[in-house]
Amino acid sequence: MPTPRDWQPGASFDALTARARLLAKLRAFFAARGVLEVETPLLSRAASTDVHIESLRVRDARGELGFLHTSPEFFMKRLLAAGSGPIYQVSKVFRGGEIGRWHNPEFTLLEWYRPGFSLAALMDEVEDLVRALAQDMPSRPGTSRRIGYREAFIEHIGIDPWTADIKTLIPCAMAHGLDVAEGEHFSQDDWLDLLFAGALAPRLPTDALTFIHGFPPSQAALAKRMMHDGVEVAARFELFWGGLELANGFDELQDANEQERRFAADNAERERRGLPAMPYDEHLLEALRAGLPASAGVAIGLDRLLARLLGAGRLDEVLAFGIHRV
Amino acid sequence: MAYYSTSEFRSGLKVMLDGDPCVMLENEFVKPGKGQAFNRVKLRNLKTGRVLEKTFKSGESIEAADVLEVEMQYLYNDGEQWHFMDPVTFEQLAADGKTIGDARLWLKENDTCTLTLWNGAPIAVTPPNFVELKVIETDPGVRGDTATGGTKPARLETGAVVKVPLFIEEGELIRCDTRTGEYLARVKA
Repeated sequence: MPTPRDWQPGASFDALTARARLLAKLRAFFAARGVLEVETPLLSRAASTDVHIESLRVRDARGELGFLHTSPEFFMKRLLAAGSGPIYQVSKVFRGGEIGRWHNPEFTLLEWYRPGFSLAALMDEVEDLVRALAQDMPSRPGTSRRIGYREAFIEHIGIDPWTADIKTLIPCAMAHGLDVAEGEHFSQDDWLDLLFAGALAPRLPTDALTFIHGFPPSQAALAKRMMHDGVEVAARFELFWGGLELANGFDELQDANEQERRFAADNAERERRGLPAMPYDEHLLEALRAGLPASAGVAIGLDRLLARLLGAGRLDEVLAFGIHRV
Repeated sequence: MAYYSTSEFRSGLKVMLDGDPCVMLENEFVKPGKGQAFNRVKLRNLKTGRVLEKTFKSGESIEAADVLEVEMQYLYNDGEQWHFMDPVTFEQLAADGKTIGDARLWLKENDTCTLTLWNGAPIAVTPPNFVELKVIETDPGVRGDTATGGTKPARLETGAVVKVPLFIEEGELIRCDTRTGEYLARVKA
């Protein structure tokens, strides 16, 4: 129910000023490194097939127009395949159903792609950027650490996610205070996701940057798979500041056939769950067939990063108008 | 039967969990980067008062609880049941000892209480936050000692025992906070 004060912005003018400064600094950062700023459409006929991401549909009086993008990834990869070289974009993205302290259905994503970069080189650049943006901000990150998904689980939760079965994961979740409703509907991946979000992330050192890499292959999304300690993992990393996830980086999948198989598998899983199958991006598949240069790419949630830099306790404090005020 | 989906979760929502009615106190949406989203919820069991935490997969639903809170006047206790009346409709309801719990220690006839009803039957009784009750038993007062801060136990007309300042005498009226069980002030008759 709206209250009379809801016309006012949720963010202070200090926060809005800091946001403007952050955008100016990141543009200077990429200009100095020869990364080109691009703009791609927010509205697309194709949508994300990811079962955990809900795309918002757009219609006009004549019918369906398409979807608001959940990330500019497909269009940016088409630019890469067309020979753009390194590119970045700051854009609003939209994800249905994501409302919470650290979620808003519309948020600002910084996404960039580096042809020829390894994941390690991209992690270096992410850290350089975060530290550059943190200069003269009230809150700056402390040390940084890179750790494998498996090692992080063993260190913080005391189980090996590659070998633990559901019979181990359930009591482990209970022991971490994660009492679950309808637990019989949980898959192995659900239990790992729950432990990751509910127990592992909150245990990461508060002021430090932690890069976690080598995710389960089932969570590869649009990343390559690779071998790590004799086990297949997704060539992906996530950046955390304290327990808050800020960024997701990929060694980008180049194989069009594998990409198409994953789209189809996602849609099959969607149908199994009673979710609508999504029209996937045929143009992207064509671009991959034409040849995507080997690239590493990453997306950073700028609202979350800004909130952390200002020491804010919720996303609303850095959004002019969060979802409850629109 | 009504259901709430996780996207409708908010504090104050009354839901059924493991057969008991609960009220939602907090709801946090959590989602790993590329995985399943969850709602981590803190709830209070309205029958036992216990606070518990539950995690739901986002997108799931939970049964709504038919719970409402009504203001009713306390009438009397017949030895087994405590009787209340709606001051507007004059409808009467009775609550047993288990439902009354510690509220019994503060109930004075004609005071207005809050009854929590589940499917129309009382499951909890909350006395008024502040009550004025007579001291029926305490050690003799210490005249003039209003400053040393010492206390002594005093039994009140409704059965509650509270710590009162040394100068309070039997037969005096005092004001108490039923939520903390603490003495607040002497009431001049």
